[in-house]
Amino acid sequence: MAVKRVRFTFPEELIREPVIYRLGHEFRVITNIRMADVDEHTGWVILELEGDPDEIERSLRWAEAQGVRVDPITGDVVEG
Amino acid sequence: MSFATELRCRECHRSYPLQALHACEFCFGPLEVQYDYDALRRHVSRRRIEAGPPSLWRYRDFLPCDADAAIDIGAGFTPLIHAKNLGKVLGLPQLYLKNDTVNPTWSFKDRVVAVAATRARELGFQKLACASTGNLANSVSAHAAAAGMEAIVFIPADLEEGKIVGSSIYGPTLVKVRGNYDAVNRLCAELAGAYNWAFVNVNVRPYYSEGSKTLGFEVAEQLGWRAPDHCVVPIASGSLFIKIRKGLNELARVGLIDEPRTRMSGAQAAGCSPVATAWAERSMNFRPQKPNTIAKSLAIGNPADGYYALVQLRDTNGDCGSVTDDEIVEGMKLLAETEGIFAETAGGVTIASLKQLVERGSIHPDELVVAFITGAGFKTIDAVAGRLKPALEIDASLESFERAYGALAHTGVA
Ligand SMILES: Cc1ncc(COP(=O)(O)O)c(C=O)c1O
Ligand SMILES: [Zn+2]
Repeated sequence: MAVKRVRFTFPEELIREPVIYRLGHEFRVITNIRMADVDEHTGWVILELEGDPDEIERSLRWAEAQGVRVDPITGDVVEG
Repeated sequence: MSFATELRCRECHRSYPLQALHACEFCFGPLEVQYDYDALRRHVSRRRIEAGPPSLWRYRDFLPCDADAAIDIGAGFTPLIHAKNLGKVLGLPQLYLKNDTVNPTWSFKDRVVAVAATRARELGFQKLACASTGNLANSVSAHAAAAGMEAIVFIPADLEEGKIVGSSIYGPTLVKVRGNYDAVNRLCAELAGAYNWAFVNVNVRPYYSEGSKTLGFEVAEQLGWRAPDHCVVPIASGSLFIKIRKGLNELARVGLIDEPRTRMSGAQAAGCSPVATAWAERSMNFRPQKPNTIAKSLAIGNPADGYYALVQLRDTNGDCGSVTDDEIVEGMKLLAETEGIFAETAGGVTIASLKQLVERGSIHPDELVVAFITGAGFKTIDAVAGRLKPALEIDASLESFERAYGALAHTGVA
């Protein structure tokens, strides 16, 4: 089991879709929304995913295929 | 003695002790140092600061560490120059340059590392770590050497030899990491969690980033205790950009200057411009990018403070430049030829962005503008080598010289 934190950014056409709910149903991954900011045009959610690491990766690739942007929540560590 | 009181989450405002922590456990927001501004206000004065040392430690009261035990290799209090020649070219009679190329390891990173190293030693750490392609590695290596700490520096395996020397001369443990940029990033984030080291820009980042405030303090003091109208600042993680303004705000808060109305504008290379791109699209959500630019010191595709940089652009009515590699080189040459300052590519980004923002009408001719030149040119010689005026080559005779120099005069170049 692993926990991974990511940031989902939703384009306007996906705002009303239950993407996170479906992700939790189609993959053996527990989703936990830690923070969110959503309005009618865009939105982002900080999501904690718990499960088998491969299953988490598969679920994230699925989310991207739906049109969600998936980013790591911490910034880059390697600086100039 | 320090006036720092606690760390506080920027998002949910929860409090944390002044330890090696950087993210809120509840919402993952970044933690920021808080101060007792009432006590600070009673304690500080212009006279007290002016009587301090000619380094960033003259602002010791505003820093989150004990300055009596400072690791001081002379960072800060760099020149502020009224750039009349460059100002004439750009149509900005009140243009100033903050020349941070003259720091001990030739970049502004000495400011942040001086504070991070001092706080890290205070917290009992013996090892100072970072992951860097250049400036940060140089500065961490130098400060650790002076502090008698061990430096552990991670660099990409394909980094040029010339860049490595600027760190290895100080004797750090250098670790070349094979793998692409993302892999190096992932490993370093993991290492920072796994070892009890002070990773300067990870677990002690709240202290580290406070060092950049001193650029704001110095500029205000050097202008005769006033804030500039407009600052132009290179953006990588976005920390420097935010903290310069925080410095100005704090001086006002303790009564040393009037409330700043300073507009804050950013500068990015087009090849790595997550902030500039989001700004141009009027979005507050930046998209991480894969860097592809000669401005390696600014090549952060997923900036930790990118969101806050966008907020500051919006709140201060700023703008953000985005310039091509060619424009960066032209910016470096323009700065050198007009003001005698040889900056690295980040300086080229700043000057080229300054020009772009003036041409776009975002910077007005009557504004007092300060552009921040944050690293020295010898760090990135490859960027300009081969693109400069070639030397004349002659035999060792007067006649040969006159022929070559005369030919030059003939073409109107000399
Ligand atoms: C020369 C130079 N200028 C500016 C910056 C930008 O700093 P920040 O990451 O705080 O935005 C860096 C950072 O690496 C740098 O090396
Ligand atoms: Zn929080």
